[in-house]
Amino acid sequence: MALLEIKNLHAGVEGNEILKGIDLSVDHGEVHAIMGPNGSGKSTLAQVLAGREDYEVSAGEVLYDGHDLLDLDPEERAREGVFMAFQYPVEIPGVSNTYFLKAALNAVRKHRGEEELDAVDFLKLVRQRMKLVKMEETLLNRPVNEGFSGGEKKRNEIFHMSVLEPRLAILDETDSGLDIDALRIVADGVNSLRSPDRAFVLITHYQRLLDYIVPDRVHVLVDGRIARSGGKELALELEDQGYAAIEQAARQGAPAAVGA
Amino acid sequence: MAAPTATQVIEQYADQGYKAGFVTDIEQDTLPPGLNEDVVRAISARKREPEWMLEWRLKAYRHWLTMSEPTWPNVTYPKIDFQAYSYFSAPKSAEDRPKSLDEVDPELLATYEKLGIPLREQEMLAGVAVDAVFDSVSVATTFKGKLNELGIIFCSMSEAVHEHPELVRQYLGSVVPYSDNFYATLNSAVFSDGSFVYVPKGVRCPMELSTYFRINALNTGQFERTLIIAEEGSYVSYLEGCTAPMRDENQLHAAVVELVAAKDAQIKYSTVQNWYPGDMETGKGGIYNFVTKRGKCDGDRAKISWTQVETGSAITWKYPSVILKGDDSVGEFYSVALTKGHQQADTGTKMIHIGKNTRSTIVSKGISAGHGQNTYRGQVRINRGADNAHNFSQCDSMLIGDKCGAHTFPYIDVQNPTARMEHEASTSKIGEDQIFYCNQRGIDTENAVSMIVNGFCKEVFRELPMEFAVEAQKLLQVNLEGSVG
Repeated sequence: MALLEIKNLHAGVEGNEILKGIDLSVDHGEVHAIMGPNGSGKSTLAQVLAGREDYEVSAGEVLYDGHDLLDLDPEERAREGVFMAFQYPVEIPGVSNTYFLKAALNAVRKHRGEEELDAVDFLKLVRQRMKLVKMEETLLNRPVNEGFSGGEKKRNEIFHMSVLEPRLAILDETDSGLDIDALRIVADGVNSLRSPDRAFVLITHYQRLLDYIVPDRVHVLVDGRIARSGGKELALELEDQGYAAIEQAARQGAPAAVGA
Repeated sequence: MAAPTATQVIEQYADQGYKAGFVTDIEQDTLPPGLNEDVVRAISARKREPEWMLEWRLKAYRHWLTMSEPTWPNVTYPKIDFQAYSYFSAPKSAEDRPKSLDEVDPELLATYEKLGIPLREQEMLAGVAVDAVFDSVSVATTFKGKLNELGIIFCSMSEAVHEHPELVRQYLGSVVPYSDNFYATLNSAVFSDGSFVYVPKGVRCPMELSTYFRINALNTGQFERTLIIAEEGSYVSYLEGCTAPMRDENQLHAAVVELVAAKDAQIKYSTVQNWYPGDMETGKGGIYNFVTKRGKCDGDRAKISWTQVETGSAITWKYPSVILKGDDSVGEFYSVALTKGHQQADTGTKMIHIGKNTRSTIVSKGISAGHGQNTYRGQVRINRGADNAHNFSQCDSMLIGDKCGAHTFPYIDVQNPTARMEHEASTSKIGEDQIFYCNQRGIDTENAVSMIVNGFCKEVFRELPMEFAVEAQKLLQVNLEGSVG
């Protein structure tokens, strides 16, 4: 059974349909890239999976490990192992990054029936993960994302992921706004977290992220539908030819998927 | 069952009942309602006060008759009938004060237990000397011996009037004169009791001095009077914390606190206020809290620091202020004010710079939820002779929900061109984005709201003494807790 199974998903905001029938299947340990032009619905898909209240699902279903994902509250999804790295990580003034992360981890652990970590064990874990994703220790005691540079914010998201150890990680345009060095650090972090127990959905506008994180599958989203799917070579083709050809084909009603 | 959405939590937050609501059944020795010279005389007589004290009260009472209630605060409430209140109430045991906690009325001790204030435990574990004010008269004072050795006086105001008349006569009304304002003048006429602290020259008070206030008698105005004097080079930290039982009638509270810091002395005064805020739906029955708090940095390099966490009362009208008279003296004001339900707060500070190189810091955090109305009102005045004065003000407001309000009235009056003034202000709405971010990491909405609000208040909480900071955070948490459906 696939870890994530999306069937004919329709969703939108305030009666305006954005996702118009998405089908997608992600297996345990796989890395899928979702690409597409601006406004194609990439971020909407991420938000719907994470459980953002503003989006209404009008049809279709999403199974996570065989269970109805859409029935769960956002925090329940998180505790079940769904993680989203935000495109724009939110600042929480006055709340230290470590304090926040400890509350998050212990909420997840409690849900799993594990004991909550005390400060000492937590710090041990945090130090270890910090090294893994090359986080500076100074970012730990600063308030969550407050005053962080764009690169620091994205790295902090990967760091959160490394501590929370999700089974499904959705990265929403994690590459946007990063220079090449920052991009490499983020990609290294993701690669170090790849495992047979962890699947990734990478949402990106640009192919360059996929130079560093090599996906198993690539899907192109156009106007709320998956217009094409393929292997990693599809990303290279897109880099060559841009989205125009696929968009045009989609408008003419050409066959959408090369097998999902 | 599904965890609540952000909107639900916000609604629950606004609907929170009052957790400290209960009434203790202890016999009260209460004067009938009404106010006239005979009542003032009766109060003074019951306390067996010397003639000079009665004269001072009467002077205040006569002046009060010429005054009218202030209307400038940004709060609304039905007109108060000052003749409907009783102006004195004391537990029966006042005639025969207990020598130790063992002699204290067990029901009173049980009341503290309900509030989660284990008096004895505090005494032993935290090293806090507690001058517990139950209604109007102090019933328990601890750690007196240890303080005595250092020459520190920590007693009730009534006791001070008898035991240390020279100090009381010298300092009472020296910072807040009997004619100061409507409520302070009323207090001067009818004040019931309060705390008196005197720290002699060069002495550092080794423990936090603490008083728990509790309003208990039906329709009894509470008129606490507190006076703290820190002599040259001394230091004292004073904690004031309060809750009150649930009542249907509005209760009037008009306290006065005066602080005097001599040369190189430091006074730190911290308050956590959690009086009954009134019915969450209608606003009926809450405490009216009209307080005058003022400190004077009398000597050079003196420092006075006010920290307050105001979560209770139907109406809060309160401006802890500092008169910076000594050169290089320092005034600080750190405040968290939370209004929910139908609570109204008009609070802030005044910093009056008189001496040279005087510095003041103001950090105000207002949180409004439900139908709460939160006003910051602050005045910074730099007098002509106050060369190189410096003020930093930061006023932040947070709104939870869309039926509440936040207002800011900063008054700045600078008469010396060398002054440096910095003012920062912000208003934010607790963001769906912030809550969703927390949710996405596994943190439920209730904890998220509490975490965000506590983060917002952090700059103030870190000014509180350790155990008080924990209590304050818990208090906010309790207030933020919805009954998860």
